[in-house]
Amino acid sequence: MQRFINNPDDIVDETVAGFVRAHSDMVKLDAENNRVVLSQWAGEKDRVGIVTGGGSGHEPAFIGYTGKNMVDATAVGELFSSPTAKSFHDCIKAANGGAGVAVLYGNYAGDNMNVKMAAKMAKRDGIEVKTVVANDDVCSAPATEREKRRGVAGEIMMWKIGGAKAATGASLDEVIATAQKAIDNCRSVGVGLGPCTLPAVGHPNFEIEPGKMEVGIGHHGEPGTRVEELKTANEVADDMTRIVLDDHNLPAGTEVAVLVSGLGATPVDELYVLFDRMASQIEAAGLKVYKAYVGNYFTSLEMVGATLTVLALDDELKPLLDMDTACPGF
Amino acid sequence: MSEIDSTYLMAFFRLAGERLEEQRQTLCSLDGEIGDGDHGTSMANGFAAINARLRDLSAEPAPPARLLREAASAFIGEVGATVGPLYATGLLQGAAMLEEGPLDARQLGDLLAAFARGIAMRGKAGIGDKTMLDAWLPASHAAQRVAAEGGSPAEIARAAAEAAEAGAAATTSLIASRGRAARLKERSIGHPDPGAVSASLIIGAFAESREELD
Repeated sequence: MQRFINNPDDIVDETVAGFVRAHSDMVKLDAENNRVVLSQWAGEKDRVGIVTGGGSGHEPAFIGYTGKNMVDATAVGELFSSPTAKSFHDCIKAANGGAGVAVLYGNYAGDNMNVKMAAKMAKRDGIEVKTVVANDDVCSAPATEREKRRGVAGEIMMWKIGGAKAATGASLDEVIATAQKAIDNCRSVGVGLGPCTLPAVGHPNFEIEPGKMEVGIGHHGEPGTRVEELKTANEVADDMTRIVLDDHNLPAGTEVAVLVSGLGATPVDELYVLFDRMASQIEAAGLKVYKAYVGNYFTSLEMVGATLTVLALDDELKPLLDMDTACPGF
Repeated sequence: MSEIDSTYLMAFFRLAGERLEEQRQTLCSLDGEIGDGDHGTSMANGFAAINARLRDLSAEPAPPARLLREAASAFIGEVGATVGPLYATGLLQGAAMLEEGPLDARQLGDLLAAFARGIAMRGKAGIGDKTMLDAWLPASHAAQRVAAEGGSPAEIARAAAEAAEAGAAATTSLIASRGRAARLKERSIGHPDPGAVSASLIIGAFAESREELD
């Protein structure tokens, strides 16, 4: 394992320390909890607070989306592991400006439980808390069981739109409804070409044989729907686009935002190769690419692979997507 | 008469912490097979946090219910993932049982059942779902059964430990239906559930601390 590591047990604390130091114009560490990253704009009076959180190893997610018109407070977990209920609770307290707090997070067992416990603790403090659970990963469960699907890179769109909605001065219920719409309008798929290794474990948590790819892989390496021969970039892009659009079933003429993220070890040039073909296919399906994001937005340590997220836009979502932000992740 | 009191619980937490620390790597590797490889870290660090908190409590022994409430709070401050809230809720249910003071040592099965109830309440899992409950539930049933048959405290605790170990081993042939491993479906067969294995270490510490004190 060729990695830049001091002690594997310190990697999360050291990551967060470097992160807040590098981006001190936009973020800071909570004074009492070093697993809570705050926006410099957190807690603005009478604005709905936005909270998220999740395991580490996905950088720039989750901490990178903390900032102005984005997430106010982000709970940091161990690598690939939900933050504590206490950290979510501390986030809610810091994000609260008196108008309530929206916790926008991904559908994982640990996050579900910890957010629920934190919301209960915050309720005892007199803070109103509502949640939206992201479930944009198409291959993690059939469409009929959408509530079982995982949240992946579509979460970024949910934070962007939820954060912007809060910045307009909307009420908690309005922020929740719009963030819910954003994630409902997202579909994502991942393809893995190589596994990743948690430093403390020291060996890959799963294998992908040379020459193979795993279609539908999750961003902790959760197995996909099928393992098959690695094909050309165009064929992979076609597969990914088809999976997303078949599930999405959007009317022709719909404007979409497209996010192609690397999983950590895929060169960015290859992401552009994929995106070019995906955009052609999306347009061939009668949709219009309004905005695109290509890069490492939501990674999985050094996994080789990519994800595609397609967000269907409307007149409400477009200006929210366009609103200026100041956060390290974009 | 031997009791489930603060002395016993302190001994239990210390031994459970030692056993989890010894198995830290093994639990991580088991979790690496069907999960995300952090279970050993969560459990060992979580019990270390409990023991640190209990050491910091005032010199005079705290009542047993308070010990369990402090343990829950320390655990949830240290451990996220799924185990944080699951064990915290289990410990709080246990605390509720001890509100009136120490229990007779023959009631160990009832205490284990309270833990299991909390875990099940939070995680919505049942027996056979390939989770930690596949150790906790058989252990509580075995302890209650041996108690009803008139077994000694040591025999009751031993029965719980053996049932937990057998339950954890039996998860190898099960298909996971909860948590991250559930997404593996039949690919989870052939691997024991790391949560059940750590539960059997914890339940083993209940038996070991009984032997130590008797």
